[in-house]
Amino acid sequence: MDALLQQFFNFDIMMQASPIILRGFGMTLLLCLVVIPMGLLGGLAVALASLSPIRTVRWITIIFVDLFRAIPPLALLIFVSAGLPFADIRVSPFAAVCISFLLNNSAYYGEIYRSGIESIGAGQTDASRSTGLSASQTMAYVILPQAVRNVLPDLISNTVEVVKLTSLASVVAFAELLYAADMARSVTYNASPITFAAVLYLLVLWPVVRLLSRLENKMQN
Amino acid sequence: MSYEKLKVLRGINIDVRPSELVFIIGPSGSGKSTLLRCCNRLEEPDSGEIIVDGEAITAKGANLNAIRRRIGMVFQSFNLYPHLTAGGNVMLALRKVLGKPKAEARAIAEAALVRVGLADKIDNYPNQLSGGQQQRAAIARALALEPKIMLFDEPTSALDPELVGDVLNVMAELKRSGMTMVVVSHEMRFAKAAADRVVFMDGGVIVEQGAPADLFANPKQKRTRDFVGQIEQ
Ligand SMILES: Nc1ncnc2c1ncn2[C@@H]1O[C@H](COP(=O)(O)OP(=O)(O)OP(=O)(O)O)[C@@H](O)[C@H]1O
Ligand SMILES: [Mg+2]
Repeated sequence: MDALLQQFFNFDIMMQASPIILRGFGMTLLLCLVVIPMGLLGGLAVALASLSPIRTVRWITIIFVDLFRAIPPLALLIFVSAGLPFADIRVSPFAAVCISFLLNNSAYYGEIYRSGIESIGAGQTDASRSTGLSASQTMAYVILPQAVRNVLPDLISNTVEVVKLTSLASVVAFAELLYAADMARSVTYNASPITFAAVLYLLVLWPVVRLLSRLENKMQN
Repeated sequence: MSYEKLKVLRGINIDVRPSELVFIIGPSGSGKSTLLRCCNRLEEPDSGEIIVDGEAITAKGANLNAIRRRIGMVFQSFNLYPHLTAGGNVMLALRKVLGKPKAEARAIAEAALVRVGLADKIDNYPNQLSGGQQQRAAIARALALEPKIMLFDEPTSALDPELVGDVLNVMAELKRSGMTMVVVSHEMRFAKAAADRVVFMDGGVIVEQGAPADLFANPKQKRTRDFVGQIEQ
């Protein structure tokens, strides 16, 4: 029992590793701050394109969404960071993460927005257009505010997934939280830094998933 | 006007004079809603011409959004925006289409809501209003844009009977103030009291039209007789 505690909950080692882990935590937050807004915007673009009156645009969007929902995000990340250099395009680990996350997240967020938009009845568009609002004004002021509200739990839930997935960036040696913790683990031969990292993820995500549950309950009533 | 292969309206020729209230009746599926929706091109006619206030709205380069705000429309299911207050519903087009500053838009919205008897509901959301209040707010939303003509598509059909009167009163007041109106409805009492002309549609054509007293008392066509007989009992 004591050996287990020593291996996973060694407070001294956690303290020792804390500078590098906290720096990793900072990088994870930075990564989230970049990839989540990019995914939300990209997803919106995908959703609007998937409802385009132009058939070719709709087709391309369907292929895009299917493709990037089917490819494992880790495979995509390795492909971007290791594959692009063969095409003479050099990307930093950070850029590789951003690009692969944009592709993956846009597909997922896009489907969520789209189901939200489709949940709004045609009467709303009728009313809006009959008062002279253009199609894009109708989307911006009438449809989207309602659509986003309807799918808010799904958007938040997907965002939680994205936060967790940022740990994939460790694979391409981007020094985010998990990467930093694993470094510390390999130096100290002790798993406590990983525990530390897990606690940090928990600290950030727990309030969010709690909020999510409450929101889902509220919307069911 | 047709959906896919289905011809919904054929050879419709109707002329609404300023300040006239034209009342349209007809069985379900006869094309009443479609006719109204063609009048502001929510539905696209295959052929023919629609002229509102001297402007051919079916013309190629017609500025649809500018035309539409001159044509108020009221729907059976109200179609209020649930994420906006009654005031917000009225103000949206004032702000985004007419570009009115916020204070002015609010003043106009207040006046429009007063007109439909909802002075104290400006900050209420649609789900805090009764059906009748929602429909009156929807009327205010259209009125605030100072339309030349108002189209009503079964404005009271979704209402509990005791709430119908409030909406009809607002419509009667509109008529008195000289608004041009086209009303699709089954409220025969209202038709007799307020309509200048009743149009009976069936199968996408106008079967018969005339003054309410004439059309209801002695319809010339058998189809009209059958229909009027049905709804009057
Ligand atoms: N969006 C649509 N797509 C295909 N067909 C439609 C559509 N809307 C209406 N129709 C058809 O067009 C015809 C006329 O419909 P419309 O809604 O204008 O009738 P209505 O007289 O308003 O009927 P109601 O009294 O039931 O409202 C009907 O046969 C209907 O089935
Ligand atoms: Mg109808």
